[in-house]
Amino acid sequence: MAVLRDALALQAKAPQDEAQGVAALDDTPHQAFARTAPHVTIRGLSKRFPDAVIYDNFDLDLPRGKLISVFGPNGCGKSTLINMIADLFPRDAGEVLFDGKPLKDIKFGYVFQNYREALFPWLHAFDNIAYPLKLMGLPKAERTCRVEQLVARLGVKIDLNLYPYQLSGGQQQLVSIMRALVVEPEILFLDEPFSALDYEMTLFMRAQLQRIFMETATTTVLVSHDLEEAVYLADLVLLLSRRPARVADFVAYNAPRPRTDATLSDPEFVRVKAHCLEVFQREVRKG
Amino acid sequence: MKRLTPYLPVVGVVGLLLIWWLTVSTQLVDPVLLPSPAATFRAMWHGMTSGKLGADFLKTVERAIAATVIAAVIAIPLGVLLGSSEKVYRSVEFVIDFFRSTPASAMFPLFLVLFGVGDRTKISVAAFGAALVILFNVAYGVMNARKTRILAAKVMGASPLRVLSDVTLLESLPQTFVGLRNGVSLALVIIVVAEMFIGSTDGLGQRVFEAQQLFEMPDMYAAIFAAGALGYGLNLFFLTIERQFVHWSGK
Repeated sequence: MAVLRDALALQAKAPQDEAQGVAALDDTPHQAFARTAPHVTIRGLSKRFPDAVIYDNFDLDLPRGKLISVFGPNGCGKSTLINMIADLFPRDAGEVLFDGKPLKDIKFGYVFQNYREALFPWLHAFDNIAYPLKLMGLPKAERTCRVEQLVARLGVKIDLNLYPYQLSGGQQQLVSIMRALVVEPEILFLDEPFSALDYEMTLFMRAQLQRIFMETATTTVLVSHDLEEAVYLADLVLLLSRRPARVADFVAYNAPRPRTDATLSDPEFVRVKAHCLEVFQREVRKG
Repeated sequence: MKRLTPYLPVVGVVGLLLIWWLTVSTQLVDPVLLPSPAATFRAMWHGMTSGKLGADFLKTVERAIAATVIAAVIAIPLGVLLGSSEKVYRSVEFVIDFFRSTPASAMFPLFLVLFGVGDRTKISVAAFGAALVILFNVAYGVMNARKTRILAAKVMGASPLRVLSDVTLLESLPQTFVGLRNGVSLALVIIVVAEMFIGSTDGLGQRVFEAQQLFEMPDMYAAIFAAGALGYGLNLFFLTIERQFVHWSGK
């Protein structure tokens, strides 16, 4: 986070760099990758519902600056995992630390599947994005400045003076993602963010998310129910078993970014996806 | 054809006037019981500009608005408070539903004892009826606030008070306006009934009643139409405010 904040401070000091925002920020992912200690450590995570044990003494390390997809059988607790990491959901036992700090001491972003119900329809898209900054108590001028910086940096071309309901589904989800990013989170959680969108919009949004990730190098945890999407976007695919969920496999996929449509037919992509599918099928059959 | 669509409501009005006029001119109904449209509107014009009807109209407006304002001031905060906790609301739900279902006119004798014959009784019975309607709607608006939206605010670090002021209250606004519109309609009904029967000397209800007693049929119809226009106008007034402030309603 310090790195990201420095990067932004640098940008604020040198507005002339903004035009070449990409070049100016090239250092950020680099420095972030340089640190090798795990970013998130999950220890002894347990969760039981009245009728089932979802997690039983679950351990996991998430590396810094990677995009991690979470995939697994239906009802295995993919969303429950990120909801517990993000404290949306109480956990029965266990500890989740971010660089050794609890969640309340860090900044994080969370993007809901249902963008329609997650955005505030009474605020313009711009004010929706600025809302977390308002909660932080920043003055209006600074909020405006930071949202404008984010817009420029991500090259977003949406009329942000519209209300959310005047935007398309994809645009609304993009606004939601920007709202999560505006606080410069150390970690970004996305819960099936594109599953309510049509295929055309999903492809567009995958490209957008990839751009955002390349630009910010924020550690990102993406829950997906679409294996193609999970592999295509990920540096690491976390495959969960049936409940109680364990790590069935944690598969690396190192194809260079930006990945394109051609990536989808690349032999390495096909191989990783086939491997993930095999693990997935094995887990499904166990149940 | 599309350009004519906004004028469609005129068809019903013209149709009604035509049937009315035909009924009178063919003497289908005793002309003493049903005066012609022209006579009625003459009576209305005269009553509104130089007769007592105008003053009575304003008196009823004043009472209906006073009752609605009192009801809103009490019921909106109370509704937010009760709606904020589903358990609290469930525990008082029966009492609210019971009195909401009690015809407010049945409360007149009680309020007469409490407040005597006068404006206070009329306004307080109307406020009582309207308050329960508003309370019920506000509480449901608060309880039915989208969980995802509240969660989104919490996840961004909003305190419970912030969640209430920034999300829950705004989420409940569309339902609050439903309550206000129903409340003002009910208040008007109660006020007009009260003006007819409990020793009133003014107001639209009294005007209708007096005209009927004196067998001044055009005046009676004029007063009925004035009451209708008032009810419609109050509803339209709240709808306009709602469209202005709750632009996201239903979207």
